[in-house]
Amino acid sequence: MVQEIDRMPDLPAIVVSDLVKRYPQSAANAVDRVSFHVARGEIFGLLGPNGAGKTTTIGVLTTFVIPTAGTAIVAGIDVARRPLGVKPHIAVVPQLSNLDRGLTVREVLTFHGAYFGVPRKVREARADKLLDELGLGNRKHESVKRYSGGMSQRLMIARALMHEPDVLFLDEPTNNLDPQTRLYLWDRIRELHSSGVTIFLSTHDMEEADRLCDRIAIMDHGKILVNDTPAGLKKLIAGGTVLRVEAWGPPCLGESIRCALAALCGVTRVDASDNSEEPRAMTFRLYSDAAAPVIGPAAQAVLSAGAEIRDLSVRQPTLEEVFIFLTGRNLRK
Amino acid sequence: MSRIRLAIRAFVAIFRRDLTVTGREFVRFFLQALVQPLFFLFIFGKVLPSIRLASANFGFLMLPGIVALTGLVSAMQGVSLHLVVDLGYAREIDDRLLSPLPIRWVGLEKILFGALRGVVASSVIFPLGRLILGSGYAVRTDRIAEIIGMILLTALVGANLGLLMGTVIKPDQVSLMFTLIFTPLLFTGCTYYPWSSLDRIRWFQVATLFNPLTYCAEGMRHAMVPPIGGRELATLNTTDIRVALGVSVAVMLSLGTRSFRRRVLS
Repeated sequence: MVQEIDRMPDLPAIVVSDLVKRYPQSAANAVDRVSFHVARGEIFGLLGPNGAGKTTTIGVLTTFVIPTAGTAIVAGIDVARRPLGVKPHIAVVPQLSNLDRGLTVREVLTFHGAYFGVPRKVREARADKLLDELGLGNRKHESVKRYSGGMSQRLMIARALMHEPDVLFLDEPTNNLDPQTRLYLWDRIRELHSSGVTIFLSTHDMEEADRLCDRIAIMDHGKILVNDTPAGLKKLIAGGTVLRVEAWGPPCLGESIRCALAALCGVTRVDASDNSEEPRAMTFRLYSDAAAPVIGPAAQAVLSAGAEIRDLSVRQPTLEEVFIFLTGRNLRK
Repeated sequence: MSRIRLAIRAFVAIFRRDLTVTGREFVRFFLQALVQPLFFLFIFGKVLPSIRLASANFGFLMLPGIVALTGLVSAMQGVSLHLVVDLGYAREIDDRLLSPLPIRWVGLEKILFGALRGVVASSVIFPLGRLILGSGYAVRTDRIAEIIGMILLTALVGANLGLLMGTVIKPDQVSLMFTLIFTPLLFTGCTYYPWSSLDRIRWFQVATLFNPLTYCAEGMRHAMVPPIGGRELATLNTTDIRVALGVSVAVMLSLGTRSFRRRVLS
C-alpha cells in the first residue's frame, strides 16, 4: 500500500479548501465555501445543529459525496480525484448502524479486514482482540441483528479499526446512546487518540465536543463560523462571563428591557430570546467584562421596566454559550 | 500491495461474503428459486398431458423455457432483492463501498454473484425435471456446450436486469414494480410456447421480440429439444439470439452500473 501520509510526516491529515456542496433541487448550499485543516493525531470536532452540513462534510471527506466546488485532501490525497487512494487510509463510524446484518459479529470484523487485504491470521487475531477490548468477546458468534444500539456502536468502532486507518471519522458517535455507553465510548476515543489515530468527530453535543476535542469548528447553515481550541472559543465571549436574566411580564416590555440592559455600564452585548410556549417568559443574556457589578443594575432595570425577575444567574462560558453568542440560537433547537 | 491487487482482493472478499450469506440461507434460496417453476413444470408438463389437455411432448417443449425462466429470474432476484436491503434505509452496503475497490466493481460483483445463483438454479431444474416429467423428459445430448453457454448467457441477462431494476426502483415501490415488470416479462418471454407457434398472432409474436427472455428460452429450446419425428423444432436463428442477448447484456450493464453509481454517491 502506498503510504503517502508516511512520506510526509508534517502533512496535515485533512485539508479542506473552499469546499462547496449543493444538492440538486436544493436552494442553498449544504456546505458553503468551507475551509479548515486537521493536524495529524488531532481530535477535531465539527459542532453544529442538525442540518448544519456536518454529515455532508464527512460525506465528501469519505468519498460518498461528490463536491460541487473546492478541494478536500485526506492523507495527502485529493478525495474527489482519487477516492480509491483515500479509502485504505480512512474509516467511518456512521450515525446509524449500517452493520451487515447477514453476518455474525465476528464476521463483520473479519470480512471487513478481508475487504482491505488484511491477511487471514492477522485479521482473525485482530478481530478477537478488538472484540475483547470493546467488551463484546462473549457474544461474538451472535448475529448482528440481535445487537442493541450501544453494542452496534461499539462494533462499528471495532470494524473501523480493523484496517488500522490513519483518520477515523465519527459522525455523531454517541447520539441516542445511554449515558454509560457514552462515557465508555469517550474513553475508547481518547485511547485511540493516544495511539496516534487522527479523529474527526461531528456532534451536536457540546459537552462531547468540549471534553474530547483538541480543536472545534462551529458549523451552521453550511458555513464554519469559528475554528479554535475549546478554551479559545470560550474567550470569544467578551470578558468571559454571561449574566442570564429571566424576566416575567407583558411581552411588549421585551424591547424596552433589552435597551435598558444594553445601556448598563460594562455590558457589551445583550441577546434576548423568547419562549414560544409562554410569551411572558423572557430570557436575556448580558455579555460583560465582569458579571458581578452588573447584577444589581440589571435587576433594577428589569424591575423599573415593570417586569418581574424569575432568575438571575452568572454563567461560566460553555460551548453552548459560545454557540448562542455566535448564532443567537440554542444548539438543541 | 498495488492498488489493482488490493482491489482484486477486495472483490474476492466481497464475493466470499455473498457466498457465506447465501450459504446460510440455502434452503430459502432454493425455495425462492425453484418452487414456482417446478409447479409449472408439474402442471403443464405432467398433469395437463396426463389428462389429455396438452400433447404428450408438451413437457419437453416446456422444459427449456422453464430452465431459462428459472435462471433469469433467480439471477435477477439475487441482485435486485439484495440491493433493496443494501441500498435501503440502513445502507448496509456502505462498508463494501468504502473498501479499496472502484464503486463500479461493487456493482459488477453483484452481477457476477447473481449470475452464479442463476446458473445454480437453472442447473438444478435438469435433475428435478427428470424426476417430475419421468418418461416425458427428453433433452438432446449433442449440444451440451450450447446448453452451458445458454445457461451462462441467460444468468448474465438476469443479473444485469437485476442490477438495473434494483438501482432504479425505490424501496417503497418494490412490490408494485415487481408486479408491473415481472408479470409481463414472465408471460411475453416465450417460456411456455415456442416463438414459431405464435405465427397466428403476429402482433404478439413481434411484441415478444422486445423481451430478452424470449431469446433465452428460444436459445435453450434450440440447444435442448430433440428432433420430433425426425424434424428439428423451429426456433429463432441462433446468431440472432446471441446478438440480441449480447446487446441486452451490454446495454443493461452500461445503464445498471451507471445507475448504481448514481444511487451510492451523491
